[in-house]
This record gives sequence, structure tokens and C-alpha cells, in this order.
Amino acid sequence: MSSLEAHMISRRTFLRGGVASLALWGLMPRTAIAGARDPRLLVVVLRGGLDGLAAVAPIGDPDYARLRGAIALPASGEGAGLPLDSLFALNAAMPALHALYQRGDALIVHAVHSPYRGRSHFDGQDVLESGLAGVARVEDGWLNRALVQLPAAGRTNPRGLAIGAMVPLLMRGAAPALSWIPKVNDLPLRQSTIARLHDLYAETDPVLARAFAEGMEISRVAEADMPTSAPAPTQPRPALQVPGARLNREFTEAAEAAARFLSTPDGPRIGVLSYNGWDTHANEGPLKGQLAARLGGLDAAIHAFESGMGLAWKETIVAIVTEFGRTAQVNGTQGTDHGMATAALLVGGAVKGGRVLADWPGLKEAALYEGRDLAPTRDLRTVLKGVLRDHLGVPAGALAGSIFPGSAALPPLQGLVA
Amino acid sequence: MSARDAVTALRRFGLGPKPGERARIAADPRGFLLQSLTDRAKAQIADTGLEPSHVVFAAAMAAQRRQRLARANAAEPGTIMQDGAKEGMQDTAKEGAAEAAPAPEPRQAPQPAPGASAAISAPPAEKLGQIRREALLGEGAARFRHAAATDNALVERLVMFWSNHFCVSANKGPVRGMAGAYEREAIRPHVLGRFVDMLLAVERHPAMLVYLDNHVSVGPGSRAGTNRGLGLNENLAREILELHTLGVGGGYTQVDVTSLARILTGWTIANLDNPRAEPGRFFFAPPRHEPGEWTVLGKRYPAGGVEMGEAVLRDLAAHRATARHIASKLARHFVAAEPPPSLVAKLERTFLATGGDLAALARTLVEAPEAWAAPPVKVLPPYDFLVAVMRGFTLEPRPELLMRLSAQLGQPLWRPPSPAGWPDADTTWAAPSALRERLRIAEVAARQADRSADPRRVAEDLFGAALGAPTAEAIARAEVREQGLELLIMSPEFQRR
Repeated sequence: MSSLEAHMISRRTFLRGGVASLALWGLMPRTAIAGARDPRLLVVVLRGGLDGLAAVAPIGDPDYARLRGAIALPASGEGAGLPLDSLFALNAAMPALHALYQRGDALIVHAVHSPYRGRSHFDGQDVLESGLAGVARVEDGWLNRALVQLPAAGRTNPRGLAIGAMVPLLMRGAAPALSWIPKVNDLPLRQSTIARLHDLYAETDPVLARAFAEGMEISRVAEADMPTSAPAPTQPRPALQVPGARLNREFTEAAEAAARFLSTPDGPRIGVLSYNGWDTHANEGPLKGQLAARLGGLDAAIHAFESGMGLAWKETIVAIVTEFGRTAQVNGTQGTDHGMATAALLVGGAVKGGRVLADWPGLKEAALYEGRDLAPTRDLRTVLKGVLRDHLGVPAGALAGSIFPGSAALPPLQGLVA
Repeated sequence: MSARDAVTALRRFGLGPKPGERARIAADPRGFLLQSLTDRAKAQIADTGLEPSHVVFAAAMAAQRRQRLARANAAEPGTIMQDGAKEGMQDTAKEGAAEAAPAPEPRQAPQPAPGASAAISAPPAEKLGQIRREALLGEGAARFRHAAATDNALVERLVMFWSNHFCVSANKGPVRGMAGAYEREAIRPHVLGRFVDMLLAVERHPAMLVYLDNHVSVGPGSRAGTNRGLGLNENLAREILELHTLGVGGGYTQVDVTSLARILTGWTIANLDNPRAEPGRFFFAPPRHEPGEWTVLGKRYPAGGVEMGEAVLRDLAAHRATARHIASKLARHFVAAEPPPSLVAKLERTFLATGGDLAALARTLVEAPEAWAAPPVKVLPPYDFLVAVMRGFTLEPRPELLMRLSAQLGQPLWRPPSPAGWPDADTTWAAPSALRERLRIAEVAARQADRSADPRRVAEDLFGAALGAPTAEAIARAEVREQGLELLIMSPEFQRR
């Protein structure tokens, strides 16, 4: 935070130099001058594997309701999705996103996936963030490598922003990055870790299991500031319950911070933040339970970010991505396991939205990837390359070169930017 | 040899593996441990520029004297003396040592001239407190750094075991500045030496004399006793018999306790004005020593001076009950609260056969198949947990933070709850709130660990085949890397040894 302030002060001082600044303007590349336009990009990584079929449900697909059973979004009545087009409906927990969609500020890409074809979170996130075609040990991420290209694109301030306790791989690399840690941090991860420890101890160590359960109960009682408006806890594992209001606070605080930095006149222009807790193996609850609460938190965060950006919203794109989707069929514990293709979201005033881009493979058994997952029909890199090229002006050569190596055969997707 | 042995060597007999260490010793885990027992110098903390205990103690006495004088000078008649210096007041009785050569300060503080202003000068205890605090922090920092880095963790575990067996507590003001130096001076030189030498070093160390009040114990029939009406304090004598040597039920009586207390009168600390010994050092003060011969455990010790107590300690060190007590305590600490009886028997035999050779005792422990076969039931004490995390994830030790965390987890460094030391049941440290605190620490550690560390590889590196399938699976299925590392740190495999 302090380094950002220092940086901002020096930039302001520089601009107040009046005549000297004006003289410099003449030397700047055309894009910067033409640049009343000052594009911003925020990448949001949903870690744990977002269930794209629950967030953006293909309710018009004849096999959807059968595969999803009790956790399918109903076509009408309570919990019915918010209509997007003839095939898709948006989860009812996301009214703000729906409003943006109707305004043309939100684009949904479905049946999309990174080149990763395994089912490990770590590896999937690595591929998503490294920008490589497969699993490999790498020290920097595609977003940082894109930052390095910004001066060539006539953009100033090639400095990234990472919201969270760690700078994620996506933002690590040669270009400098600021980081900012929200006060309320990583609650969903804490909750999910607690649930996993309960399970691990239950299986392996009764003494630790009992002590841990008691310890968590003590802290639950101690921290019981849960608002009564929170969704009624109906699920068997109370540890997984993050009260909706607290979750919203955690999500929106990070989003507000990102907006504060990205909307500052001389602040960073490219940022990343992560929301954890999407690994919904049991009691997924896309209508009322944990996933609905998380999607609601994400919706509140999008809304908070939009408000925070103010006028800069029209120059902004938020790309919301995840490492993989989840199984098409609901499992035995009312959840879903690690799958393949999923949905990605582009939100912002600079997005040519109001539509769902999907080369829909269908959910018939024969159409499923390995007989179980939504099949990937679009490579996420084509979407990201389209945004980098048309929104930030990253040179085409770098897109298939340093940023997404070996992706020359995947042209940037056209027409994503308004 | 089992695939788990390398992990057992580094965890049950160590402080947790450092990256690569498990693979490095896998060919011969026992040989690795036995090798570390061959060099007594390895028990020492490398030159750290830390002060010897007598220097700290003397500095504290000098500060106390200055403060007392300042207080007396500032005192105004006609008002009531208020707290002023709580610590200083308390120390009047505690730090004040032998008056044989005149007491460090007059035993009563210079009459706080019938009352001193409540608004007395600056709080005089601060300087004294600061000397002790800084010494403690410096010693703690050295201890944590050494534990995090050492390649001879078994030796450090032995240091910790013996330091706890002969514990002092920094909760007692005058001990605070010496607690760390005590360990370096009385424990470390002997952990691979002889029990009797450690016993002699411990019982005459100023930290122990102050902790168990022997420095103010005066023989009722001694010159100081008859002149000033001062008397016996049995604290040290009792704990020597009950905790340090024979153990509860070791066959001693109250008469033995009192006799030993009389024998130990005069074992005190040289004060600032002592012409015959360096201030802050052990000092035998004949005018406080109870005259006469005394009987302990049926043996008569002829009248004499400091050698009487030394003779008793030598006999106690060689006693069968001591061998049994130490053997059992060592097995309970390293293996299980209910250790295999055959293991205890082996340790006891070695202790007796070698005359209390502590390196031989450690070798017997390492060479006993029972010590390796027993399942890992002991939950890591907080200090060991923090050290294991630092070692496993190559975290830079931040001593002040570690000392705070150690206290938060229930085990402040060198502050055990009683002279019996820290409890050592298998699950003493698995209290509900403590596990919750460990999770918080795991979260911080996971964020500070190498950011590209794949939890699956870290788990394999540290545990290999000793990692159970449920834990391996939970780690592999973690949502994000740091969660994988958190689960590893919180797993039963990491929490127990």
C-alpha cells in the first residue's frame, strides 16, 4: 500500500510539471494520445473449480434436468434461473450480473476450458495461470508477461496489482506488481480447510477429530455475529457454512480494493484477485446452499467493483475464470466432482456483451468428455487473447509468442470488445 | 528396516525433516542418529555473543541497587510508599544472595524513608526488567535459530529433554535473565556426558538456586541462622529427590528431604560485594551452612562444607531408583506415555552399567527396535511444532514472533508451569483451542512457504511412504496450494510423532 502511494505521488508530481509534461505528450505513441481511452483489466480466478452448469445453466438442453436431478435449476418457480437466451439461464443468486447482461455489459462464454485435461486443482490452476499448453514448472504467469508488453502497446504504468495474501502465479514475473491484503481475507478457504480437516481426522485420528471439532465449535460460538438474514443452515456440515453476509463482505472488500486501485488516475491498470471455495463435492447447494451463497458473493463483488470504478467502468473488462468445471452428473452426495469445460465471464463497460458465446456440445452421454464432463469446445486462450489484443492493444506477435507460447494455431476471438 | 524409519528418525528422534533430509538419510537412519551422538561439541549453540548467566545476574543486581538508592533518595517523608517497583520489591528477597560476604544489598531495602511519594521518579523496575527481558529474548532467538538449522536434531531433542527434566522458570523475575544461559552452561555441556556431572552443574547453578529458593535457605543452627533467626527452605532438596533423581516413590522420606536441605544450606550466589567470588557465580557460604553430620537414605554424611552436598548428589546419581526414573521418563518422552517395558528395562540397565553415561543411554534408545516399532502417538509440543514447520518449509525464524506463538499455543519458552516441567502425556497438546491456533499458524506458514511449492511434492519430500493414503489424498485434492500445505501441517502425520 505504501509503495503504491509513493508511486502515485511521484506520478502526480510529474504531471504537475505542466509545460514539460505537454512537451512529452508530443513524443508519446499515437495510441496513448488517442487514448482518452485508458483500458483496465481485472482477472478474477475462482479457485476450486466453478460448476459452470450451475452458474450458467443450459436449462434448454434436454439432458440437463436428468443429469442434475435435485440440484438442477428449475425452468420456473422458486429458484428459477434468470433468462439469458433460449438455451441458458443465469443462477438466480446473480441478479446484478443479470442486469449487466441485459445492459450489454456482460458476456458469457460456455463450454470453454484451458488446455488442461487432468483433474488436479494445482495443475489446473498452473495451466490456467501460466498460459502454457500443459503442466510444466514455470515461474511467471501470462498476465505478467502481458504487462511486460504494455509499453509497446503505448500503455503507461506497466505495473500489476494483486489483491490477496499471496501474489498468484498469474501475476508473478518480470513486471512489478503491487499487492494489497484485505482485512477480511480468505474466509471461504478457512471454512473449506476446516471441513477437509474434519473429514481427514474423522478417517484417521479420533482424538484429534474430537479436539478439533470442539475447538471449532468454541470459535463458532465466539464469532457468532451471524446476521439472521443469512441463509438458513440446512446442511449437515456446519463448518462449511459461511454466513452469506460475511461471505459478501469478504468478496466485496477485495473487489472494492481492486476498484480503488484500478480507478485511481495514475494507478495500476491490470489486476488480479482470487476467490476460493468453489470445490463443491458435497451439498453443492446451487439454489440455496453454499454455491448459491458464493455466487451471491461474487455477484455482490461484481456490483461493488462496478460502483467503485465509476466512470472508468466503461473502459474496464473483468475476466472471471476457473481451473476447470465439474461433472455433468450430480454425485451421490448432492455435489459434483472435478470435471472439464465450464463457463467464463467477461464483465465491464468495455465488453460487447448481452450474449452467451457457446459452441454447445450438448449433454448427451456420447457428447460428454470421457462420458462424464461437459466437453470443451473453445480454448479459453482464444478469449483471453481477444481481450489482450482488442482491449489492451497487446501486439499479436507477443500473444502467440511470450504470452501464450505455442498458441499460434488459436487465433484471438474477434468482437469481444465494445 | 521399514520405509518409515527415516521419518521416525527425523521426527520421533528429531525436530522434523528439512527438505531433502529424509531422502538423504534413508539408507541408514539409525547410523545417522548414532553418528550425531559422537561429538559432545554438537550440543553447544555456536558462539552467539550471549552473556554468561553470572554477568546478567550481576548486571541485574547492580541495576536493582541503583534503583533502590534512587527510590530512597526520592522518598519524601510523610507519604505512603506505593507500588513504585513491584518487581524490585519482590526481588529484595529473591535476588539478594549470600550475606556471608555482606549481602548484595542490605537485606531490607534501605528504609523507604517512612513512605515515598506515589509519584516517585521514573519506574525504576524498568531498567532491571529490561536487562532480563533482553537476555531472555536473545537466548530464545538463539535457541529457535539453532533448532531450525541444526543437522543434529537428536542432540537438540536431548537438550530439550534434559532442560525440561531440570527445568527452571523465567516466570520468576531473577531467573528470567538466566534461563537461557542456564541451559547453555549446565545442560548442553553434559547431554552427551555423565548424568552426575549434569546433576552437579544444575544444582549449583544460580538459576536453579534462585528458582527453588536455596539461595536464601539458611541452616537454623548456623551463624547466620542463630544471629538473624533465618531458617531452612526445603524446596530444592525436595525437588532433587522427587523430580531430579529418585522420583516419586523412590524410597525417600520427609526426614531425608530435611536432611538434604540442611546439607545444602550455604549453596548460594555471590553478591556484588563478595570478595571471594565473582558476582553472580555459585558461592558456598559457610556462615549459612548447618553444622553437623546428617543422614540421607540411611547413609551418614560427616560434617563438612560444600563437599557434603556434592557427595549426596553423587550417591543419588548412582541410585537404582534414579536409573529407573530416568529410563522411564526418557521412554515416555520419546516413545509413548505407556512405553514398552522392555525398552525401559534396557535403558535402566544401560544407565546402571555405564554409571549414567547419557550418550550411551541415547544410543540404547536409538538401537532399541521397540523405540522404532511403536506407532506415532505423541502430539508435538508447541515448540516442537513451530520448529518442525520452520524446518519443513525453510522459513526464516522470527524469534520474537515464535516466542509469542509458542506462548499462544500454551508453551512459552522456559516458562513451565511447575518444577516438574511440561506435561508429557501423548495428547497433552491436542487441546481444542490449541488445535485451532495451530490451524491459524498453518495458514500463515503456508502463505510464507515457497510459493511454487507443490504440496504433493512437499509431502513426499518430508514423509515419503510414511504419509497415509487419506492424508495424501486430502492434500492432492486441496483447492489451492496453500490449502494443501495447511492440510499437510495439520495432518496426524505432522502433528504426531
